[in-house]
Amino acid sequence: MNTLPSAIYLCFAGSAAALVFGRRSAALARRLALAFAVAAALVVARAALDFAPAGELRTLTNAAWVPALGIRYHLAVDGISLTLAVLTAIAAIAGILFSWNVTESAGEFFALYLALLGAVYGVFLSENLFTLFVFYEIAIIPKYFLIARWGGGEREFAAMKLVLYSFAGSALVLAGLLWASAASGAHTFELPALAAATRALPGHVQVPLFALVFVGFATLAGLFPLHSWAPDGHVAAPTAASMLLAGVVMKLGAYGCLRVALPLFPAGFHALQGTIAVLAVIGILYAALVALVQSDFKRVVGFSSVSHMGFVLLGVAAGTPRAVAGAVLQMFSHGVLAGLLFGVVGRMVYDRTHTRDLASLRMMGLGRLLPFAAASFAVAGFASMGMPGFSGFPAELMILIGTWRYSPALTLGAVIGIVLCAAFTLRALQAGFLGGPPPAGAPVLPPITWPEKAGTCLLVAASVAVGLHPSLLLDWIEPALHSALFLPVWPGAAP
Amino acid sequence: MTAPWLSLVIFTPWAGALAVALLPRGAERTQRRATLLFSLSTLLWAAPLLARFHPAAPGLQEVENVAWIPSLHIRYHVGLDGLSLVLVLLAGVVAPAALLASSGPLPHRRLFGSLFLLLQGTALGAFLTVDFFAWFLFWELSLVPAYFLLRLWGGAGAARAAYQFILYTLGGSVLLLLGFIALYAAAGTLDFAALADLGRSGELALRLAACGRIWPAAVFGGILIGLAVKVPLFPFHTWLPPAYAEAPPGLAMFLTGVMSKMGLYGILRILWPIFPSALRAAAPVLIGLAVAGAVLPALAAAHQSRIRRMLAYASVSHVSTCLIAVFAVAAGSPARAAGAAGDALGGALFQMVSHGLSAAALFACAGILESRAEGRGDLADFGGVQLAAPRLAGLCAVAVFASIGLPGLNGFIGEFLIFRGLFTLNALAACVAVAGLFFTALYLLGFWQKVFHGPAAGAGAGFRDLAFSEAAPLAGLAALIVVCGVAPQVLTWMFNPLVARWAGMP
Repeated sequence: MNTLPSAIYLCFAGSAAALVFGRRSAALARRLALAFAVAAALVVARAALDFAPAGELRTLTNAAWVPALGIRYHLAVDGISLTLAVLTAIAAIAGILFSWNVTESAGEFFALYLALLGAVYGVFLSENLFTLFVFYEIAIIPKYFLIARWGGGEREFAAMKLVLYSFAGSALVLAGLLWASAASGAHTFELPALAAATRALPGHVQVPLFALVFVGFATLAGLFPLHSWAPDGHVAAPTAASMLLAGVVMKLGAYGCLRVALPLFPAGFHALQGTIAVLAVIGILYAALVALVQSDFKRVVGFSSVSHMGFVLLGVAAGTPRAVAGAVLQMFSHGVLAGLLFGVVGRMVYDRTHTRDLASLRMMGLGRLLPFAAASFAVAGFASMGMPGFSGFPAELMILIGTWRYSPALTLGAVIGIVLCAAFTLRALQAGFLGGPPPAGAPVLPPITWPEKAGTCLLVAASVAVGLHPSLLLDWIEPALHSALFLPVWPGAAP
Repeated sequence: MTAPWLSLVIFTPWAGALAVALLPRGAERTQRRATLLFSLSTLLWAAPLLARFHPAAPGLQEVENVAWIPSLHIRYHVGLDGLSLVLVLLAGVVAPAALLASSGPLPHRRLFGSLFLLLQGTALGAFLTVDFFAWFLFWELSLVPAYFLLRLWGGAGAARAAYQFILYTLGGSVLLLLGFIALYAAAGTLDFAALADLGRSGELALRLAACGRIWPAAVFGGILIGLAVKVPLFPFHTWLPPAYAEAPPGLAMFLTGVMSKMGLYGILRILWPIFPSALRAAAPVLIGLAVAGAVLPALAAAHQSRIRRMLAYASVSHVSTCLIAVFAVAAGSPARAAGAAGDALGGALFQMVSHGLSAAALFACAGILESRAEGRGDLADFGGVQLAAPRLAGLCAVAVFASIGLPGLNGFIGEFLIFRGLFTLNALAACVAVAGLFFTALYLLGFWQKVFHGPAAGAGAGFRDLAFSEAAPLAGLAALIVVCGVAPQVLTWMFNPLVARWAGMP
């Protein structure tokens, strides 16, 4: 269990190794990256096997850093962080497998990729809020370079937009945290200690504090109307980066909302709960409608991510343990499925056809030329529209049950989002893969390679396993939500 | 001997889907045979089920009930009663027949077989599960293979038909989901029996009303529409004619024979037990819609030029007749009319099976006609087929007369029982619906006459009669049509005690 922090260090070590040795050959760089990502995944897997579902955060490492300011290097794990660490491990391996064809400066590419990964693990495993914030900031840098250097289309614009949104968001978070620690007089950034102090703050102080921290984190989770970085960034990013951005990095924001904003300012949360829920439902519907009219295949998937993250935010806003457990499950589910969708669209289709225009793809008969890609997109698409048997269904069910208790009308809105999701997914499926037979003299496309197949199988297996047996993760998540940290978040709420 | 018989029934086709998908690419013959074999597994497992079945035993039999998702109190709960048993048997008969009817040359045979077995498994699962989560899983998953079978092997208009089919039915499912979310929030369980207990005592409506006064009615309405789209109940039927007309023949047979029964099953198993009083209150409207669904599509069918569209409207009309009976019984009746209610309900169950058999046979005939006419399927494309193809003409005649309700064939028994009960329960509905029967006779006989009678015309010239492999599924269905018509006891013994209980007969 206590070896879990080495997942972080393995990623950073792998990053250095890829940078140093990756110059020689792309093949070596990607093998190194895969080896380190798998090693980190094994560490996570071992911790997951040893994990005894207990409510409270379990300390992994705790060392003094800047004692005068209450800053410690403190890592800890509970069921929620473990769920997201498992997601990171899966998405990381799949992302590398889907980047097997990166040849341009492959060493640097995988170095940045692994650095991003290490920072993500760091955020999920931090207990001290300062540690968390440091990792959160570290994650921004590799994102920028990955998009600006290896991206496509308007990559500089997208990279800059993403970075500005991220920095603005973290500035809000930082301001909120500093204000909170000053107002409460707690000279600590240890989460339980700070939470104990900030909860005592009067409601009218908690509201602006909560708003700052929540909005700061939620920017990265794609909260409407601060979501517009997401489709641009996802579309411009190279495949592996979009898989990680949509799959994991957006979860950083949602995780911050859940781990920091809610326990620190429960009274503020209760005051703004309704607003967040309404914004979440607007996001679900708006992004789905926008996805319905896109002509760019990757933008469809980009907006679908925003729509699906709306369910996460809705679950958080519903503010019952069940809905929040559903939100965490949806984080996992969306992480896996968005990764797969971006993998299919970016790697399997775009890298072969060099177009993402649905109208041109319609003419190509990809269903016949790339049956594996068509099947993968179909599975991922149906899974992401909440088909039972896949991970999205139990997640959305729990979120909707929780939301129903909060507001039946919002539930109805979210449910309309499910139908819209089906509409745009099927539209993309029909245009992308079921357009008709390939024209005579169509160019021969390179066949799907084994890393792509392996990555697809990994992601589909994860989604099906959680879909058929959600208790795998719920047994970890639910005790964490009943821990002392979260209890003040649901006063008297139904279970 | 105890074995998880019902799980075997449900999951053998799924195992088969996987096995068929893993077969080597070129081996068409093996793929076809393996698919058929796995499809026949349903009938095979049904043998011990039939032997062990006690029709008079109250409650469910062969129950398997294990915890699945403890944090939501969700269980894997399957069970069997007379209603599910006849529907399992129906699926067990229609699915292999549909596969045999698709044994002609077909691109991507392996994928077709795999998807078809998936579809069969979902239908069986929906007939056997009695907890919402698992039931909805099968109900919803059935859309996926059906969509791809329709989209990839369908006719020229399949793209549009498939999109319409899945969005329409998904919209219905989502209402259903929403309804059950509300039920869960109110009751804390999704087990059909537990919900029915709450529903019967009126407790459920009270708890739903705690959220607001409109919710008991809104939840009932949502679940009703969700089920009604699938049946389909008029006016939610518009997705159906294009889907049935564009589907490959095997899928069309399965859709009309088995899938349309899923909605009826849902109404009998879910809507009626959980919302008895709401259904009673809504019954006058619903009977009106069902009567409209029996008569208007019959009129529409009479005006179709394409054979399969005509049969699709015929299917709507026939299923609506079952709905009239169910709603009329649910409308409640004085105790002295319990006998009539039993008749109507028994007739509805019988008609579900007989419609499954005869409609599947008719769609098989339409598929054969189209395959001989290079895909053209208008009434005007055929004439005098009987001269060249007496076997097809004869078998098609059996299906036509069964649909019309000729005594001695199975359709007669169902309609006879339905109308015998209905004239006591709701004479007005019965009188209007009888008009639908008249139109049915008119257009179906017209169809048979136009296609098979007279001098050879259109594709009728040089028409090749049925080969053995084509005749086998049709002959099998025709034989069952006759057997059920002559000796209805072969079916009724399974569900008569159940029907008597439901109808409140002493």
